[in-house]
Amino acid sequence: MSANQPMSRWVELGVLPVVNLLVALLAAGAVVALVGQNPVDVLTFLIRGAFGTPRGLSYTLYYTTTFIFTGLAVAVAFHGGLFNIGGEGQAIMGGLGAGLVALWLSYSQPAWVVLPVMLMASIVFGIAWAAVPAYLQAYRGSHVVITTIMFNFLASTLLVYLLVNHLKPPGSMSVESSVFGPSAKLTSMRDFLGWLGRDWPASPLNISFFLALLAAVGVYFLLWHTRMGYALRAVGSSANAAAYAGIKPKHQVMIAMGFSGALAGMVGMNEIAGVNGKLLLEFVSGAGFTGIAVALIGRNHPIGIVLASVLFGALFQGGAEVSFEIRGFSRDMVVMLQGFIVLFSGAMAYVIAPWVNKGAVSLVSVLSRSRHKEEPGASHG
Amino acid sequence: MTTTQAAPTFDVGSANVSGIAVEMLGINKRFGAVQANSEVDLRVMAGTVHGIVGENGAGKSTLMSVLYGFYTADTGTIKVAGRAAVIRNAHDAISLGIGMVHQHFMLVDTLTALENVMLGAESSFLLSRSEGTVRSKLKELIDSTGLKVELDAQVDSLPVGDRQRLEILKALYRGAKILILDEPTAVLTPQETEQLFGVLSRLREQGTTILLITHKLKEVMRLCDHVTVMRGGRVVQEVAIAQTSIERLAEAMVGRKVHMGRQGDASKPAGDVLLQVKGVVVRDALKVTRLHGLDVSLKAGEIVGIAGVSGNGQSEMLEVMSGLLAPQEGHMEVGGTSFDAGAWMDPRTARKLGVAHVPEDRHERAMVMSFEAWESAVLGYEWLPQYCHAGWMRHDDMRKATVDMMERFDVRPRNDRLLSASFSGGNQQKLVLARELGQAPKVLLVGQPTRGVDIGAIEFIYSQLRSMRDAGCAVLVVSSELDEILALSDRVIVLNQGRVTGELPIDQCTESKLGMLMLGSAT
Repeated sequence: MSANQPMSRWVELGVLPVVNLLVALLAAGAVVALVGQNPVDVLTFLIRGAFGTPRGLSYTLYYTTTFIFTGLAVAVAFHGGLFNIGGEGQAIMGGLGAGLVALWLSYSQPAWVVLPVMLMASIVFGIAWAAVPAYLQAYRGSHVVITTIMFNFLASTLLVYLLVNHLKPPGSMSVESSVFGPSAKLTSMRDFLGWLGRDWPASPLNISFFLALLAAVGVYFLLWHTRMGYALRAVGSSANAAAYAGIKPKHQVMIAMGFSGALAGMVGMNEIAGVNGKLLLEFVSGAGFTGIAVALIGRNHPIGIVLASVLFGALFQGGAEVSFEIRGFSRDMVVMLQGFIVLFSGAMAYVIAPWVNKGAVSLVSVLSRSRHKEEPGASHG
Repeated sequence: MTTTQAAPTFDVGSANVSGIAVEMLGINKRFGAVQANSEVDLRVMAGTVHGIVGENGAGKSTLMSVLYGFYTADTGTIKVAGRAAVIRNAHDAISLGIGMVHQHFMLVDTLTALENVMLGAESSFLLSRSEGTVRSKLKELIDSTGLKVELDAQVDSLPVGDRQRLEILKALYRGAKILILDEPTAVLTPQETEQLFGVLSRLREQGTTILLITHKLKEVMRLCDHVTVMRGGRVVQEVAIAQTSIERLAEAMVGRKVHMGRQGDASKPAGDVLLQVKGVVVRDALKVTRLHGLDVSLKAGEIVGIAGVSGNGQSEMLEVMSGLLAPQEGHMEVGGTSFDAGAWMDPRTARKLGVAHVPEDRHERAMVMSFEAWESAVLGYEWLPQYCHAGWMRHDDMRKATVDMMERFDVRPRNDRLLSASFSGGNQQKLVLARELGQAPKVLLVGQPTRGVDIGAIEFIYSQLRSMRDAGCAVLVVSSELDEILALSDRVIVLNQGRVTGELPIDQCTESKLGMLMLGSAT
């Protein structure tokens, strides 16, 4: 039995993640030093590249948008007691849904028709791709981890098949659909801020960033303020207790995976409607998996997920800048840094927690003692 | 009233006393903020049965764990047979002649009884050689102690009583002269308990010292020579059994007077039938029949107790009546609605029809342990309009209701933001009762009302159940504690292997009669 003191909330949510992040940076810095680079330089370039310029910040937030969607997707499933590894496939399908709608409507219909239908399609396709593993889990006992992994491969193969055999314009050499009409283009941040009278550089960042923030707020209210969320969390924490309460665990599996798939599917709005303007391969490129790390580090809470998404967005953008600026520093080094962050902030998040807690607690007691010392003096004065 | 023994006396006057077997002096053990043992002194005379009683968290298990080497005391000394002993682990304890029988048996189910005894005590590399010596030594032990166990039977085929005897044999085989038994009768029928006590008495005659940890004071009075009462990590009383009584021990344990026995006898005659099941058959996933055509009716203003050894269909019965489990055959009427197998009610329908259910397994079912108290306090009722409006949870109203429940049922600490798992068993149970009684149910199903609950809270829970009965509720109590059935019920139904083997009004119930019925034999 351990004699550890319970951790106070502010230490767990405020101090520990920061300390974990610093440890990850230290470890990565040591490796950077080992390969003969200056860790301080690398870090400076990374931060400056990610946040230093409006353009850099734009790219960071563009990556952040996708990670918020996939991170939320993992978190909602997690609160329902499910580990959805299928964010990747659900995001691919969401993009496919959005793309098909764009190819169908964007040449004939105005944007206010096309974009909402694209959003609906990305959500419906994401839900559909999550619903099959959910059904198999709930009613047939096939583990959702295995089936969602399989559905990732199915999704990417399906996309290749459709692009190569049906959507590629005849005669084209690249595996891409034809370019959508202009009404399928989601407003870029540059145009959006332009309307508000502010200058902003051109970048992939578009207004689906606001959609992502809205989704985070929505997930918060869904999980903690609605009966549906109550039921979902009850099943996720204790299926037996939920069944006792008259909540049907199987229904909740379907609901949790449905929301999860919908959130992942919305990646399609950012990547297909916001950036590419056509269907292509690899537009998700691992974001579904990054979403797992994001949810892990964000403690499955929408606020944490937004912050963790910014962190990973910064690593993607800043990392690209660093590999551009510093000779001999490849993008693989950034992947290594990501690995350390996942290791220390995710997998080993609580390894150093007892020391952090002890340190924080003794710091607080020292502070309060010194305040006590001051108080009598003040009253004398 | 309290004639507290300031200086414990040890002159038992029994012939087989030959000195002090175990002496623990000034034992202190701290877990974080909790002082589990503070300045505990314990002297156990050789060849006696020494009871250690106290509520959950009184420190009795910690003290025994220190003696058996699971924990090391922060300060304090231990002497075994007059010599100072350092006990760092169970191995040290065993070599000093201390054996322990845990509440949850430490047996390998897939090995035979003999192999379980041998495990860890094999004398040579080749098993066949040690098997012969173990077998002959065990036969001697069995003959001399009366601990009959089928040596070649696989453990998972042995009944619970046999497994416990096997545990004792295991300890004796390893040379235990001092035997620690942790709640040994928790899983036994009255008859098996009798048998166990016979064996323990014989062991005492043969010079074995026995330390009995229990909360059943009746058993302490029957078997022990001495008893130590612990409360809040301290020894509050140490007394020879002849100089005390159940009431005095209970008072010392709780720190105030308690009334546990029957109250409000000669209650009003039972009223209308509020819930009735007929011909209920339940088969589990392995096609084993758990209930064979159960017929039970619950009447207004009556507490029906279900007696039976655990696993004889009580759980299935509760689940069927509360809508958690749909039977394969049968019929049920409740609140003017009838249900047939194939279209059974679900738990929410049950609640809407006025059936409240306090489940047997508090941790698995009654609460979501990772929820804060105010979220667990509406579990099952979260759809009520006062908690939920148009799909939105009304947090303020939920919390107000929880604060109110905590106030009325004295749930401590009164903190509705605390995690459900952080409350003690008794306080969790009080919160669950507050929730289930809160909507004025017509039928109240209660499984193991006081499992893991302290004496002080037991008294409170009993009085709540009685007042529900007096208010005209039909109450069903399933309990593995026969004393509880006898203390609460107006009518007792005995289950054995999924069949009702007896149904008696309370004034015809005796422990031995119920015990026979529980074992399935006719009276």
